[in-house]
Amino acid sequence: MIDLIGYGAFFLVTALIFGVLALGLNLQWGQTGLFNVGVAGFAAIGAYASALVTTPDAADRFGGFGWPIAAGWLLAMVLAGGAALVVGIATLRLRADYLAMTTFGIAVTIQVVALNATALTGGPFGIAFIPRPFAGLAENPLAFNVANLALTGAVTLGLFLMLETLTRSPFGRVLRAIREDEAAAASLGKNVNAYRLQAFALGGAIMGLAGAMQAHFIGFIAPDNYLSILTFQVWAMLIVGGSGNNRGALIGALVVWALWSLSSLAVGSLVAPSYQARAAALQIVAIGVALALILLIRPRGLIGERATVSRDVESVPGAGADPGARERTGMPADKT
Amino acid sequence: MSLQFLADGIFAGALIGLGAVGLTLTYSILRFSNFTHGDFISWGAYLALTVTGALAGTLLPAARFVPFSFGWPLVVGAVVAMALTGLLALALDLALFRPLRRTGHGIVMVIASFGASLALRALLEFLFTSEPAYFSRAIQIAMPIGLGIRVTPDQAAMMGLAVIVVAAMHLLLTRTHVGRSMRAVSENPALARVVGIDVAAVIRATWLIGGALACVSGIMLGLTVQIRPQMGFDLLLPLFAAAILGGIGSVWGAILGGLVVGIGEAAAVQFVGSEYRAAVAFLLLIAMLLFRPRGFFGVREG
Repeated sequence: MIDLIGYGAFFLVTALIFGVLALGLNLQWGQTGLFNVGVAGFAAIGAYASALVTTPDAADRFGGFGWPIAAGWLLAMVLAGGAALVVGIATLRLRADYLAMTTFGIAVTIQVVALNATALTGGPFGIAFIPRPFAGLAENPLAFNVANLALTGAVTLGLFLMLETLTRSPFGRVLRAIREDEAAAASLGKNVNAYRLQAFALGGAIMGLAGAMQAHFIGFIAPDNYLSILTFQVWAMLIVGGSGNNRGALIGALVVWALWSLSSLAVGSLVAPSYQARAAALQIVAIGVALALILLIRPRGLIGERATVSRDVESVPGAGADPGARERTGMPADKT
Repeated sequence: MSLQFLADGIFAGALIGLGAVGLTLTYSILRFSNFTHGDFISWGAYLALTVTGALAGTLLPAARFVPFSFGWPLVVGAVVAMALTGLLALALDLALFRPLRRTGHGIVMVIASFGASLALRALLEFLFTSEPAYFSRAIQIAMPIGLGIRVTPDQAAMMGLAVIVVAAMHLLLTRTHVGRSMRAVSENPALARVVGIDVAAVIRATWLIGGALACVSGIMLGLTVQIRPQMGFDLLLPLFAAAILGGIGSVWGAILGGLVVGIGEAAAVQFVGSEYRAAVAFLLLIAMLLFRPRGFFGVREG
């Protein structure tokens, strides 16, 4: 029983960290309609940045300054957000597809650098001995996992409340206006590009934070953690939960991570060891097909986006505030 | 400095260009960036490998055309695999992209293609494992062709094939009804529909051509390096870079873009090491987006 609670806490910490990634993506895609296929890259920047400055002195690579964990997390957000800003400046004024290609490119490039710049990143062997929050409790797995769950839960909750406030704020309304009709937003005097850049950089910073949180929870990072499959997982979470909805992003993260873990568990216990690599491949096929099916059958996801309209509009009889008036799919209109 | 990098770059560039043509055609006709295109390349290589393996020694003699590493089985296998890869692309459209097209959201198709790409790649891993496979283990002796450049017979044959394929495609696009329809749809889909062009047929032709070209690209890569489930996906970034460099929608631009990316990578690799090849393609892509987002032959964004 105690083991089960410990495992449950461990599972929830991982799921919540995915939830933070999904919240970052929801801000970029769900709210603003910015197509980021480089989630893994921003998570990697955060993870490596925080790991490099917080680890104890390292002889064989750069870094090892022994900073406190909180400072590492802050740096992770700044660097990942900064990277998103640079990518955004280069591509956000172009068509949506270019952003997809560029973010895909930056994720691939960061992974290649992490793998090969051994003097900076430790190369394929990654970085170990990353300080873990509540490391003093590590002797007792239950206490350790529960304490980490409390910390991760608090960070996630804080972030969630902040993003909910943002969604309801005038800033959030402008983002959705841009997503729905860029030309109309621009004609109302909104600087479309500046708003998009802010949303993209903020989303990138959140992803960097999630990467750092995960690195510190596990205590070890390697380039293989940041392959495109990570990006895919986060996308699946947001789509399943319902893009445009912060609660949906978190629920999607829980559901998809539960399914992923259960199917991994099934592969591990039911399949003979010599076939496990193949079975794991089939598991990925199943997840890919499932995502496609959700897009086909239930594009709004489990929850979908609530119609959020200004209360001033709602008070005007007959104006707006009619979520059924237009078929909302939870997806921004194609900006061709 | 040896000029060998030029030969390697042109070869890699031809291979990237052939792949990028399919990407650019899908983009200009269906209006979305298809992430599965890299996996069509891997599937093409594995399909060619399977068909060739089945033919060798059963229906066709396994002997090879000296000095090349391959014989009749690969020649026939390549043709069959090109058709099969085209059909695979067509089947994926039928099952996934066509239903999504009805809802009318371009980016949803990109997400779907991202998922399909992962599934296609993992399926290859399931069927063939992630161990590398080879068309042939025959040792190739590179021939000097002057200026200190050496080329293997297989590379020369593949370049010949690439030139033939590109010429055939040019004739198809300029001389046949379906080719002219494709160009019309890519210029203006609404107008093309109004004047009675069968858009469904154009879309089918796009997938068939794109898939077949991806297959050629996969065979070129497989014959010179090795065949892995990941091979095409690793090529996706250079493909995107080539398509953007050439101007999305332009077939000749994609070929030229491919050559620029291939030669650029080969030249840069001498200074930064081959492990950073992907980063070079990315930098080319970013530079192009910053300075000339419409590419060399880019047309007005529609």
